[in-house]
Amino acid sequence: MNMIDQFAWVIFPYLCVAVFIVGHIFRYRYDQFNWTAKSSEFIEKKQLMLGSLLFHIGIIPVIMGHVAGLGIPKEWMNAIGVNEHLYHLGAMYGGGLFGVITFAGMLILTSRRITKRTIRKLSSTSDLIVNALLLFIVFMGVYSTFVTNNVQPDFDYRDTISIWFRNLFLFKPEAALMVDVPLSFKIHIITGFLIFAFWPFTRLVHVWSVPLNYARRSYILYRKNRGQSARH
Amino acid sequence: MKIKAQIAMVMNLDKCIGCHTCSVTCKSTWTNREGAEYMWFNNVETKPGIGYPKRWEDQEQYKGGWTLRKGKLELKAGTKLSKIALGKIFYNPDMPEMKDYYEPWTYDYEKLTNSGEKKHQPVARPKSVVSGETMDLDWGPNWEDDLAGGHITGPKDPNIEKIEEEIKFNFEQSFMMYLPRLCEHCLNPSCVASCPSGAMYKRDEDGIVLVDQEACRGWRYCMTGCPYKKVYFNWKTNKAEKCTFCFPRIEAGLPTVCSETCTGRIRYLGVLLYDADKVLDAASTPDEKDLYKAQCDLFLDPNDPAVIEQARKDGLSEEWIEAAQNSPVYKLAIEYKLAFPLHPEYRTLPMVWYVPPLSPIMSHFEGKDSIQNPDMIFPAIEEMRTPIQYLANMLTAGDTKTVKEALQRMAMMRQYQRAQFSKKPFDDSRLERVGLTAHQIEEMYRLLAIAKYEDRFVIPTSHKEGYMDPYRAQGMEGFGMDCDGCGPASPKPSAKSGREQYEENFYGGIWRD
Repeated sequence: MNMIDQFAWVIFPYLCVAVFIVGHIFRYRYDQFNWTAKSSEFIEKKQLMLGSLLFHIGIIPVIMGHVAGLGIPKEWMNAIGVNEHLYHLGAMYGGGLFGVITFAGMLILTSRRITKRTIRKLSSTSDLIVNALLLFIVFMGVYSTFVTNNVQPDFDYRDTISIWFRNLFLFKPEAALMVDVPLSFKIHIITGFLIFAFWPFTRLVHVWSVPLNYARRSYILYRKNRGQSARH
Repeated sequence: MKIKAQIAMVMNLDKCIGCHTCSVTCKSTWTNREGAEYMWFNNVETKPGIGYPKRWEDQEQYKGGWTLRKGKLELKAGTKLSKIALGKIFYNPDMPEMKDYYEPWTYDYEKLTNSGEKKHQPVARPKSVVSGETMDLDWGPNWEDDLAGGHITGPKDPNIEKIEEEIKFNFEQSFMMYLPRLCEHCLNPSCVASCPSGAMYKRDEDGIVLVDQEACRGWRYCMTGCPYKKVYFNWKTNKAEKCTFCFPRIEAGLPTVCSETCTGRIRYLGVLLYDADKVLDAASTPDEKDLYKAQCDLFLDPNDPAVIEQARKDGLSEEWIEAAQNSPVYKLAIEYKLAFPLHPEYRTLPMVWYVPPLSPIMSHFEGKDSIQNPDMIFPAIEEMRTPIQYLANMLTAGDTKTVKEALQRMAMMRQYQRAQFSKKPFDDSRLERVGLTAHQIEEMYRLLAIAKYEDRFVIPTSHKEGYMDPYRAQGMEGFGMDCDGCGPASPKPSAKSGREQYEENFYGGIWRD
């Protein structure tokens, strides 16, 4: 295990997570004005419909799949009756299906961003970086699921990547677990952490603004002037 | 009972000349910024016409406002849950696009001065301010001004489509009127109800509806929710913006810019007191033709001692109660019943009211002695060039009777005043037929025809000095958030020297803003 591995699987992930956390606190405190979903539906609607719907409908199960695969130990899964075979089926077909849907959405969104002149003109550098990164990460994810998993059927990420990932959060980083992981997974993971580092400074912050409160609140909102006494 | 105060507006369409001064002064005050070029917080439409954005009144397309589902008031665009559950948050199917308004453009003026000598004169071509590319213009603000192309767009006006008999758009039979539009600052605002972030709110003190620019997350449901299409999306900041009712001016007791600058003096501003507990019930009135009446019933008589006592209990100051008693809006909308809310059937209880315009009596009726015989004015109203049904489709959800009565009152006022000025006898008992007294007619005349500044605008100040330091707060309100040097509390001093600013803005003896 050399310095590069130590950097890639210990230092770099922690660096990205640190930037992710500090960046969000900073942005939330000092840049509420630019915190938006940054939708371009107002400019172009038809292609956005397909691209955005596919991407979002795909990415949510994909994220849940990652939580299940990375966050929940294999033994726990077995304990609740999800054995190796069942898990594999779910990850392969379920994960693969939603991965492909996400990728298709991302392809449409990317082509829209490039070919629609107005959208291209309104894209900031950060929009382009996020777009390119997402497309690449999703592609590598799908590739790892369909190609790598079948070319190297002996490799089980739940015995390597998942343990390494959980240990990161238990502050017991073990770079050694990652050394023999196939390259496609490695690239997927590195770029994945990279996008977490970019996250607070891009449009991705809109994820944290999912309006869950909306369902519970009253329709009409009144606001009183701050500091105002009962009689004005 | 919970009494709240609302600053409301009345526009006397009978006097609107469609000069667009309101729109221009509003624009130069609020929306002459990048990303806001296409926004007209106030615009004046020629009706019949499809308006701005195109066919905004067609709620089957845009799904704005409220509707009754099994007797319960619900947003027409769908319930709260459906917005999140059905993926509408990822793609809003009912949202207007920029092309429904228009793509803003500028002209390549530089070409005019730096073009070399050529056979033909250089031309300043239109360039999109969004993409920067040259563009062909096929739609823009006021494209159908003064019925330009009215024979094409007029029949597509949703208010025309609702009229069963055929409306002709030939020269002899055409009619038109102006409709200045701004945010209605509704009592039951569907934009506020649509905002998932809770960024939109109605001010408790004066009812002005605003967007919190810091809290807006750009989900854009408000654009769909507003049936008047008066919440806009800034394509540069990706946030919603709307008419502010010039709240910094209102707070200081000044009229809005559009009202202040109106050359026809058609606009009135005043306080209305209403019972906030009854708003939901009024908006849920089963028959949409009863909505106008239900809305009127919300407003409380500011001279009633019981109302005054309750208003004091609910925290209203004497100044506000007095303003409500002198409110021109209360007189025009409630006392004289001359003004109507725009499209009450959207169930938002809008607070910008319109006095319908009188229009010439069609020529074939003239022979029946409508001018000579003053009593003929009642049947004559039916023969006005602007069909009553058209006005009713806009102002009373199609109920022609109430609109007709308002027009009769206005016609009666004219006859009465004509008799007074020409020293002709006038049988005062005729006034009873329109439910007015001679005194009320005189008051109406003063308010509508003389329209003194202090009669048109009765706005109590908000006394901000009681809870904040208004001197420090100067220049802190508005959309720019980067207003360098417009107030003593400016966060960062301008980096430019006076010399640089002078050179940038001073061209050949003419200041440019």
